[in-house]
Amino acid sequence: MGNKILELQNIKREFRMGSEIVRALKGVSFDVQSGEFVTIMGSSGSGKTTLLNTLGCLDKPTEGIYLLDGVNVGTLSRNDLARLRNNKIGFVFQAYNLLPRTSALENVELPLLYNPSISVKQRRERAMKALEAVKLADRVDHTPNQLSGGQQQRVAIARALVNEPVMILADEATGNLDSRTSFEIMALMQELNQVHGKTILFVTHEPDIASFSSRTIFLRDGKVIKDTMNENKRSAKEVLASLPVSDDY
Amino acid sequence: MNVFSLINIALKALQRNKLRAFLTMLGIIIGVAAVIAMVAIGQGSKKSIQDQLSSMGSNMITIRPNSNVAAGVRLDATSVQSLTIDDIKAIQKQAQYINGVSPAASSRGQVINGALNWSTSIQGVSPQYLDIRNWPLKDGIVFSSSDVASAAKVCLLGQTVVNNIFAPDENPIGATIRFNKIPFKVIGVLAMKGENAFGQDQDDIIVAPYTTVQERITASIYFQNIYVSAKSEAVTDLATNEISDILRTSHRLKPTDIDDFAVRTQAELINTFSSTSQLLTVLLTAIAGISLVVGGIGIMNIMYVSVTERTREIGLRMSIGARGIDILLQFLIEAILISITGGLIGVALGITASKLVSIFLSWPTLVSESSIALSFLVCAVTGVFFGYYPAQKASRLDPIEALRYE
Repeated sequence: MGNKILELQNIKREFRMGSEIVRALKGVSFDVQSGEFVTIMGSSGSGKTTLLNTLGCLDKPTEGIYLLDGVNVGTLSRNDLARLRNNKIGFVFQAYNLLPRTSALENVELPLLYNPSISVKQRRERAMKALEAVKLADRVDHTPNQLSGGQQQRVAIARALVNEPVMILADEATGNLDSRTSFEIMALMQELNQVHGKTILFVTHEPDIASFSSRTIFLRDGKVIKDTMNENKRSAKEVLASLPVSDDY
Repeated sequence: MNVFSLINIALKALQRNKLRAFLTMLGIIIGVAAVIAMVAIGQGSKKSIQDQLSSMGSNMITIRPNSNVAAGVRLDATSVQSLTIDDIKAIQKQAQYINGVSPAASSRGQVINGALNWSTSIQGVSPQYLDIRNWPLKDGIVFSSSDVASAAKVCLLGQTVVNNIFAPDENPIGATIRFNKIPFKVIGVLAMKGENAFGQDQDDIIVAPYTTVQERITASIYFQNIYVSAKSEAVTDLATNEISDILRTSHRLKPTDIDDFAVRTQAELINTFSSTSQLLTVLLTAIAGISLVVGGIGIMNIMYVSVTERTREIGLRMSIGARGIDILLQFLIEAILISITGGLIGVALGITASKLVSIFLSWPTLVSESSIALSFLVCAVTGVFFGYYPAQKASRLDPIEALRYE
């Protein structure tokens, strides 16, 4: 704890739609320390997606300074941004975005393919380790259509872990899942955060999900309106245990 | 990202769509196979024409009398008699680039053996004639120089003549036949040579010493032709010039006079026929080349579909760290893999097709290495050319939009 992973200073992002200028972010500032589990909440149109794209180095702010692990993202070229995403960020998407007809192991290996300093042997070992971390070591040869939604999302999380990023960026990662599976995923996220010390930024619009994190940032109309530490953080594992068994089928 | 893992990625992407990859390949396969088979058929027919012409003796040079000028009037070429035994001697003595020389005094007439008769021509030549014409004996012996010196009444028969005046079970060797009432002893039978390039039956002939023909049949000191064989095909041009010089001297022509003889080589004939079949080859290749281009367009089409279909995959790859160049190379290598694999299969199919054509249609075919190399190169270039644009489109996608693409 203590060192800053993210530092956002007055981030603004404007889009030109024909003659109109849409201001999606109107000066967002916050810091994230290493080891935090932050949820970013907001309704649609709040600038959530734009902020996520900026945090994920897919987009650059029009104005303001964004430091990711000490690197000023605003000054980087397209290729440098790609390298930064490869080394420092692990993405988890709502729709999993796994390659179809490709084994779980190969899906997890994918980010390492774009890292030339990693050998084939290292790649395999690290992908196996990541799959073990999401408890899918027995499903390495399964293709996405042989896995349940929750399992697919866990493969996606393993893929986000494999390059040992400084933060995991999840975009509505439980949006496609039922509540039980959502809690499973959140339990996994909490474990990664607490046991492995991973910094997690989780974008969601469900307050239920936000209650599992240590801090919640509320966004509205392109501005941060509330930034609170969660006093009574729930444990997803306990919630999962308290669910009635009959809920299963 | 090294090339090996790029190829790996591309292979896996193709494996996910095996049937589509194969159908795309089919265009290239057919194109390449067509180019190779067409060129093989074209080259084969060219080769067979060349072989036929060479069977007449590819280094053979023919000298004929040419039109002469008598008091300002140019006479018909056939009416002129200018070639004599002096010319033969001069050529034998002076020419360096030749192997052999033979005169030819010919005449037509009726040949009779017992109850059978046949109209044919007799060719009076020297013993070297058969070597010059590249014409082996099937049976018997060739007449000798002493037969020439003594104007012996001996002859060699062409196969057609044998077939027409001898019964199938009769041995012509040793028989005595009559040509224009003059008895000749048959001492040999020529091997079957078939028709020449103009459809003339080369076996319808009687060969005898030129002295015999000149003294007993034509009663003339002139020859219709002189046949010369150059030392090799490469020196035929040198030999031609040399013979021209020798004959001009021997005929005592002034520098201003035109030649009263004409020197022709087989090379001229070969060139004429080759250029015809060359044209055929070019046309066939052009048609095959078009199908290769169509195959290339097929690749481009499928690559476009593939890029659109896999927009989300591209977005994902970019979000986890693929640079534009990585995406470009991935799709480019996919296109090249399709075209090169298609090319390889096409080469195999093309060779097989040309073999089948030569076996079942008995058309001569000749698969040339250059056509294989060329069509393979063309399809690799096709892959790069038609794959580049879709790949570039993929590499320029915005990862944000690509990830959200439905």
